Amino acid sequence: MISYIIRRLLYAVPILIGVNLLTFALFFMVNTPDQMARVQLGDKHMDAKAIEAWKAERGYDKPLFMNEREDSEGLLTDTIFFDKSVRLFALDFGKSDEGRAIIEDIQQRMWPSLAVALPSFILGILVNISLALFVVMFRGSLFDTGAMVACVAMMSISGVFYVFAGQFFFAKMWHLVPVSGYVPGADAWRFLILPVVIGVISGIGSGVRLYRTLFLEEASKDYVRTARAKGVSELGVLFRHVLPNGMIPILTSVVVVIPSLFMGSLLVESFFGIPGLGSYTLDAIQAQDFAIVRCMVFLGSVLYILGLLLTDISYTLVDPRVRLS
Amino acid sequence: MDGAWQGLVSVRIAGTLMNRLSDHSEMLFNSPFRLSFSLLLVMLLAGCQEQAWNNPHPDEDGDARILYSSFSSRPKHLDPARSYSSDESRFIDQIYEPPLEYHYLKRPYELIPNTLTEMPQIEYSDAHGNPVPEQSPLVAYSTYVLTIKPGIHYQPHPAFALGSDGNPRYRFASARDSQEYQSLEDFTETGTRELVSDDYIYQIKRLADPANLSPVRGLLAEFIVGMDEFGDRVTAIRKERPRNQRWVNLDDLDMEGLERLNDYQFSIRLKGKYPQFRYWLAYHFFAPVPELVDEFYNQPGLADRNIVLDWHPVGTGAFMMTRNDPNEVIVLERNPNFREDLYPSEGEKEDEANGLLAAAGQPMPFLDKVVYRLEKEAIPLWSKFLQGYYDRSGIGADSFDQAVSVGSQGIRLSDEMIEKGITMEIEVVPGTYYLAFNMLDPIVGGQRPHNAPRLNARDAKEHQKTAERARKLRQAISIAFDQEESISIFANGRGEVGMGPIPPGIFGYQTGRNGLNNLVYDWVDDGNGGGRAVLKPIEYARKLMAEAGYPDGRDADTGKPLVLNYETTSGGGNSNQIWLIKQFRKLGIELNIRSTDYNRFQEKIRTGNAQIFSWGWMADYPDAENFLFLLYGPNGQVATDGAGVNSSNYSNPEYDRLFDRMKLMPDSPERMAVIRKMLDIFQHDAPWGSVWHPHAYVLNNPWVKNTKAHGISQSVLKYIDIDPEMRDRVWAERNPPVITPLLTVLGLLFLLGLGGYLAWRKRLQVKVFHD
Repeated sequence: MISYIIRRLLYAVPILIGVNLLTFALFFMVNTPDQMARVQLGDKHMDAKAIEAWKAERGYDKPLFMNEREDSEGLLTDTIFFDKSVRLFALDFGKSDEGRAIIEDIQQRMWPSLAVALPSFILGILVNISLALFVVMFRGSLFDTGAMVACVAMMSISGVFYVFAGQFFFAKMWHLVPVSGYVPGADAWRFLILPVVIGVISGIGSGVRLYRTLFLEEASKDYVRTARAKGVSELGVLFRHVLPNGMIPILTSVVVVIPSLFMGSLLVESFFGIPGLGSYTLDAIQAQDFAIVRCMVFLGSVLYILGLLLTDISYTLVDPRVRLS
Repeated sequence: MDGAWQGLVSVRIAGTLMNRLSDHSEMLFNSPFRLSFSLLLVMLLAGCQEQAWNNPHPDEDGDARILYSSFSSRPKHLDPARSYSSDESRFIDQIYEPPLEYHYLKRPYELIPNTLTEMPQIEYSDAHGNPVPEQSPLVAYSTYVLTIKPGIHYQPHPAFALGSDGNPRYRFASARDSQEYQSLEDFTETGTRELVSDDYIYQIKRLADPANLSPVRGLLAEFIVGMDEFGDRVTAIRKERPRNQRWVNLDDLDMEGLERLNDYQFSIRLKGKYPQFRYWLAYHFFAPVPELVDEFYNQPGLADRNIVLDWHPVGTGAFMMTRNDPNEVIVLERNPNFREDLYPSEGEKEDEANGLLAAAGQPMPFLDKVVYRLEKEAIPLWSKFLQGYYDRSGIGADSFDQAVSVGSQGIRLSDEMIEKGITMEIEVVPGTYYLAFNMLDPIVGGQRPHNAPRLNARDAKEHQKTAERARKLRQAISIAFDQEESISIFANGRGEVGMGPIPPGIFGYQTGRNGLNNLVYDWVDDGNGGGRAVLKPIEYARKLMAEAGYPDGRDADTGKPLVLNYETTSGGGNSNQIWLIKQFRKLGIELNIRSTDYNRFQEKIRTGNAQIFSWGWMADYPDAENFLFLLYGPNGQVATDGAGVNSSNYSNPEYDRLFDRMKLMPDSPERMAVIRKMLDIFQHDAPWGSVWHPHAYVLNNPWVKNTKAHGISQSVLKYIDIDPEMRDRVWAERNPPVITPLLTVLGLLFLLGLGGYLAWRKRLQVKVFHD
């Protein structure tokens, strides 16, 4: 397995170079360094000297891909692309175009993101699986039909509606939790309880439907019939046979997102004022801060690759038939 | 009581209660139920603490006078040389003290000494340095002599901490040496120092240093003697140094226009006369930064951990920044070293009646702390203001109807706000928004580029005819464009129609009949000595269109419809654009909306490729020059490659000549007469289709005191006070926890679960085969 993991990690290198190249090309096709300088420096009283000084300070005064003024070594290395991209592979994220150290920002903002995303994720899976099993127990009944109608209705409602409704009832009308905000430490739970509950509830519709389908597929297999014929109780059938076997496809959809959890959620973080990473990239795009955009895209790619690798590994753990080679 | 501790106690109590209850009914109180009931009980008991359940502010500050506010976008720069945005000024202007400040209560805006003993003394001299009177045509230099009050001290800061040997306590030779200091709080020792004239001089040198990217460097270099040369010298020195040793002690270099007279006195020499310079002396660009502080922040390794002056300001002001987490919260606390500064004892007539002089003569600041929390969305912000958790708020479009009611008597607070004791301030923002025509465009402008070759007599006559056609077209559009309706629909009535670039509150603004743009508006008397401006009839505009060669919106020569282009950065099809198309359609003009991103938009304006667009300007300082220069020919965007502020590229030699005269004049009837002539030219040439000046509405909760909107200065926190007892009381009144619905929901869920459980049990007991 170790050789498999090493091979997969090596495959990731060209992918990351490609992602970097693509991000760079797309960004600079839309924005020139001069325009970035104008956005950063503002409209008022701005002159050409200030633009040149800004570009020089941040290394945007070099050619994009090829420096024809340099000799063979500097031809490719003394360029914006080389300067801004190669360091990423050593996880040296440098400074944002505003002048702040990016790694400091990421380290600071990942914890609030995790504080919302992790409980929402774990509770969401537990609630969805529990409810799906509950519905499967009543398969074919009116309750099952009613539950599915409710799930479709819940899926049809926009996530923003859950946020507004939650804030309106729990915070504004009943004064049970703060409308939004965040404080680190022991008092954080007061701010996290509403976004977590909303995160869980808004995912119930799709989650329960998906897991119900997976469990029903398992429940109709021969080994389940055999278990019942042997006299295993209905609960035993569900928890000892259907659930473990139904977990294999669930893992594909779950494990892959685990590393990305700390990237946060734009919607929840914006509306609840959680200072996480969710809005970091979007803010950077709006501010034309290429330094942050490239770092976050790079980080997102690394985490996605990591997620896929973890999924493959988890298969071997839950299904002994699977062997990585 | 501490929330976490109380939570633990609550869990214990809940656990005990549940144990007792579970003795009686095993089925009902199984473990999942016990867990949910315990959680509910935790919530209920945690709520027994003094703090309201939904209070977003940690209960850790006791009875301190704390103002709670918010910010919607994180400040980018807090360096006084670099910052140039109101989002940033609201923080740093409480910390940094420039030599002058604006009187808090008096209107029109009045400059007064801040850290100075008196207003700057101005001496005039000729090209050889000989003194000449102010009015002399020989004036080549003006020298501002500034005298600082002794005894002003900086906030406590590690840059001022001294070791036992009397040298600065924190000095690092390499990044490794500074490794243990991960944040500014890790520097446990602090010190202070008296403010001296060197600190102001150092900051002006920082403005001149191109590495500091000061947005006003170019503008000030035109006036301050030796500023450009100083910048070039620093840059040359820096270039010769290795990349990690680029910091230059600016004290080691002299700047020709700056002179240190003694510890408390220095002078700044300007080229010629520049009366508006006094306003710049009230801007944070001219706040003191000691060399010690600059050196401290430029030590190796600190910038990698965001320990820079751009994020951790150091000043002599009433407040100091004790927490700067722009992703979450920014905290200002009272500067313990702040000098004696008393609340003003005079103001406008109505200030006494409004209670604004109740604190006259009392030492400032009144607040102990100001907490700004990041709030990106308007709805949570508004909800928290109504709950009392923010002390002050603006009025967003979503909450406008809830906050105010519009009636025959104008805009007033809604009954709901009055019931809560909320008060409203209306601020006439010193800003101007306008519909601009690009005067270099052949159809709507008809003006020739500044560098175009001279025309012969015949071509000049032809060009004059083209320019006149364009002028009439612009005037017709100005009449068709109903600015009052636009303000009513898109700004909820928060603004007023402008007749020229100068907004209300600034010398040169004229209201009523005197200020009327007679070419676009008619004056309608109300019979009581008053009246109002109404747009000329649309038929008159159509007549102008015909005279311009576009009868019914069609070119008289070709018969083709006239199509004009409006440049914008907002997406197509929104209500604003549909309304705009309708305005032009009144004249038969087809308006083509060209939406683009901000970069492309800026490029079009800079290169003169736009035809019609909307633009705006907010005042740097309260002087007519700061608005009339928006139409000064040499400031044209195209002529200056984007550096100028004249976005419509308007150029009129007579206007420019009058501007050159007006900018040097003191506010006087003579100056007003010159301004009036300039406005006449502006109204005749109509380079802007319409103008409006925005109003800002600010709401205050009833415990907030001493607030008066100030259009120019952001340095107002030291005047504001709150009544914390009243706020605590209102918090409790407005936010009683309502648990009945929650219990009902939990009860329903319980019943649903119980029903499911019973149904399942029943299903298991169904007999497939009957005996």
